[in-house]
Amino acid sequence: MPERLTHRTFVSYIDKSREYYAAQGYTQPYQWVYHKEVPFNMLSKPLSDCTVGVVTTATLPAHWQSLPEGESRPQKRPYAESSYPVPEALYTKDLEWDKDTTHTDDLDTYLPLKRLKELQHSGQIGKVSPRYYGAPTTYSQRQTRESDAPVIFKWCEEDGVDIAILVPL
Amino acid sequence: MVIGSARDIVEECGVPRFLFVDFPLGNPCGKPWDVTMQQALICEAFDLLEKSWQPRTTVQAPFAWTADENDLWRNRYMHVDDSNREALAEAGRKRREQQRQTKQQINKKSSE
Repeated sequence: MPERLTHRTFVSYIDKSREYYAAQGYTQPYQWVYHKEVPFNMLSKPLSDCTVGVVTTATLPAHWQSLPEGESRPQKRPYAESSYPVPEALYTKDLEWDKDTTHTDDLDTYLPLKRLKELQHSGQIGKVSPRYYGAPTTYSQRQTRESDAPVIFKWCEEDGVDIAILVPL
Repeated sequence: MVIGSARDIVEECGVPRFLFVDFPLGNPCGKPWDVTMQQALICEAFDLLEKSWQPRTTVQAPFAWTADENDLWRNRYMHVDDSNREALAEAGRKRREQQRQTKQQINKKSSE
């Protein structure tokens, strides 16, 4: 028997975050980006010939060490780091994932390099990109669009990436 | 393509392909230490990649965070009601004061 619902099941983060920050006295709600046109490309070659790259919104632990005096957080800029070996951890504490319910101690839950390497080993994908890429969350749409995205695209091109998997936290 | 758990944000933005994993934010590629689930999810992602034919294609992964569909985590995240409204207002005031002080320090350093 199908269920009947009066509200959607999946969480509306747009509504929740607007109400949450309004309760904190922020009267101007964040304006989420909306694109009328969305690019799309079919795969031009078999998956087994493709190079796959991963983009994360987490930062590197090293970015939080040796912060300048008076600064509580690093300047957030895109980065590219070697996928070999898989890093032990990334820094996620400043991000708004659900800290009451879960944790990010298992890197594979948001940076699936090990899972991709298994698929590379089995031949399902061609290879994992030599680097993974970071687009740390800044909430600046202009920085993301005009600065960070073009840089990450350039790095993906340099590494011969055919498929980019974005995993936002 | 995007693998994520904030369905409304990603769909409103508009992306070529979206594997929606209906989990609390933080583990879009599968539950911690559950290698079998993580492997299944990444395969779902590539299935979506190969089979989709137009932008804004969303597929929902066939996994639930808890077996009994417990909605506690859905309601708890960024929850606002009369029990915490005052505390949130105070937290917002403190945060704005801290931001004001940080800005003052930066302006002071720039003028030195």
